[in-house]
Amino acid sequence: MIEHDQGATLMKGNEALAEAAIRAGLQGYFGYPITPQSEILEYLTAQPKGRAGVVLQAESELAAINMVFGASGAGARVMTSSSSPGISLMQEGLSYMASAQLPCLVVNVNRGGPGLGTIQPSQGDYFQATKGGGHGDYRLIVLAPSSVQEMADFVFEAFRLAEEYRNPAMILADGALGQMMEKVILPREGSLPYPPKPWATTGKPASRERNIITSLFIQPEKMEQVNLELQEKYRRLQKEVRFEAFQVEDAEILLVAFGLAARIAQKALELAREQGIRAGLLRPITLYPFPTAAIANLVPNVESLLVVEMNAGQMVEDVRLAVNGQRPVSFKGRMGGMIPTPEEVLESIVQIAERTHTEQVERS
Amino acid sequence: MIRGTIVVANEICKGCELCITSCPQESLGLSDRINSIGYRYIVLVKDNCTGCVNCALVCPEAAITVYREKKSALKARESAFVASGGLSV
Amino acid sequence: MQTTTIPPEMDLVYRRPDTLTQTPMHYCPGCGHGVTHKILMEVVDELGIQEQTVGVAPVGCSVFAYNYMNVDMQEAAHGRASAVATGIKRILPDRFVFSYQGDGDLAAIGTGETIHTVNRGENILVVFINNAIYGMTGGQMAPTTLLGMVTSTTPFGRESQVMGFPLKITDLVAQLPGAYYVTRQAVHSPTAVRKAKKAFRHALEYQKLNKGTCFIEIVSNCPAGWKMTPVEANEWMEKNMFPAYPLGDLKVPK
Repeated sequence: MIEHDQGATLMKGNEALAEAAIRAGLQGYFGYPITPQSEILEYLTAQPKGRAGVVLQAESELAAINMVFGASGAGARVMTSSSSPGISLMQEGLSYMASAQLPCLVVNVNRGGPGLGTIQPSQGDYFQATKGGGHGDYRLIVLAPSSVQEMADFVFEAFRLAEEYRNPAMILADGALGQMMEKVILPREGSLPYPPKPWATTGKPASRERNIITSLFIQPEKMEQVNLELQEKYRRLQKEVRFEAFQVEDAEILLVAFGLAARIAQKALELAREQGIRAGLLRPITLYPFPTAAIANLVPNVESLLVVEMNAGQMVEDVRLAVNGQRPVSFKGRMGGMIPTPEEVLESIVQIAERTHTEQVERS
Repeated sequence: MIRGTIVVANEICKGCELCITSCPQESLGLSDRINSIGYRYIVLVKDNCTGCVNCALVCPEAAITVYREKKSALKARESAFVASGGLSV
Repeated sequence: MQTTTIPPEMDLVYRRPDTLTQTPMHYCPGCGHGVTHKILMEVVDELGIQEQTVGVAPVGCSVFAYNYMNVDMQEAAHGRASAVATGIKRILPDRFVFSYQGDGDLAAIGTGETIHTVNRGENILVVFINNAIYGMTGGQMAPTTLLGMVTSTTPFGRESQVMGFPLKITDLVAQLPGAYYVTRQAVHSPTAVRKAKKAFRHALEYQKLNKGTCFIEIVSNCPAGWKMTPVEANEWMEKNMFPAYPLGDLKVPK
């Protein structure tokens, strides 16, 4: 449980996240400017010397993630932040960190792509975030905030998970969450303890063997063993699944959406209910591990599902795996920095409701 | 002349011969035997090593340990040499 | 293994330092990496800083440097050793931090990190092994490959019109205000080894002063990649490499 201060303040998502990182005991930040997340680096560099730990503007995202690698290996609580093109540049480093089992927090304030794309909000990096992103068999722990409050809270949660499981964790936000101002109650400073890190390269005392941090296991037998350990870790991670459900008890149409799209879906749900369509919403909070079982458990009670995303349909694939062909799964998305409106989503819900109704009539 | 000797870790020597070319006394050569990693290793082929350390400095495997006569031993040997009329040691 | 008996009148004057592990090195016979590892670790031993030293290994022939150096170490991605070392040093400013990289790692894929690390004046030691070739991958052209030099990707010799010129990155680095001590050494002869070792000692002593980056280039050989015996390779290096990469200090503290 995250402990909070008393009293709310009005803050931008990026700044709330940066302030929360300091309160979570940040010891090192290495980053490179990119819209729409540069406020994180700016906020941290503006702090009194030492308050945010080491804060360094790197020469590139490549350098930044490798500084994070070194600093994490040295035992520090470290993070970086970027937006989509910069996160792409960090994928090699994240693969190395996952293999070397180094904890860190990576914040992706997702913007529209592919390519240089646009600076407007998007969820186009879902695949990259949840399926590994770089080379080899690995996963990041992925948390998806949908409010400024969660931008702050999930920093604590991500650091805790990253350090407990010795794995990079990602907060997958988007340009809107980063830029919007909302009321936030900040987490309490110093409330996240530092776990011991006996594996860190801090200099070898005579009392122990040298510590080596590497992702190189040249013998295939050893490399397979490391892979098996990683897979076992990902299985253990399943117990950290988090999601939120709204009005699913009587829902005939289940909406599934994360992050900003979940806020829009929730509004659409209210509009649908006003028209007498019983819609519910499941919002995955952890995108990896994915709430597969939670969705599967709801499937027998609903007629149809609608996945709402700000991309061409990425999480919908995981939802379909959870549903396993038992119900129709529809998709409503906008791409390239466009945000779907609640009315657009409502339109999709109405269509599905009408179709479901027709089928029911035909069946009877 | 001061006396010395070396001990070679035969099993890690790769017979690169860089020590042979750096030995001012030309004391070193390759063994006839082959070690378990497939190389002819370095051996002292003459009894004139001075313990100058050159071979150990250039050895990429850090395979050479060098010993050198104690000052007292050298002095004793020199006095014996003089006492014997300089004929032999 | 050691069968020779040591006469009691003898003193031990040289032995493998404890800061090297007992693991036999995987390098080809006569490779300069071994000597460089050895003298670096000798200095760590002599300065008594084993407990405060953290190293960073590269991708290339010395990718397994951490198997031989008996200090805490991290293995960096190709070219990123100086960024990793930056991360370590910033978190642990009182430790002695070094990165160890070859020419492909430091001067091709990692040029950006190299230049910016030195430009920030990170208080680390950068060890740069220049043997003008990619050894690990089988002898391809490096940024430091000499003009006319035959490699597996310049089978007719390096032509400047096609592949540009040998990159003297050490000269470049010496121009940066963040560099405190920049020197180019070799490890092919007893004299060279003594000088190179002195350079390592200076560099690690300077690190305590927090005055900037110390950068040591070792002009080295690659007998396997150059397709020569170790003795031939060292002769070829003296004749061809040293004129292109002259030994000596490029920047010394005032």
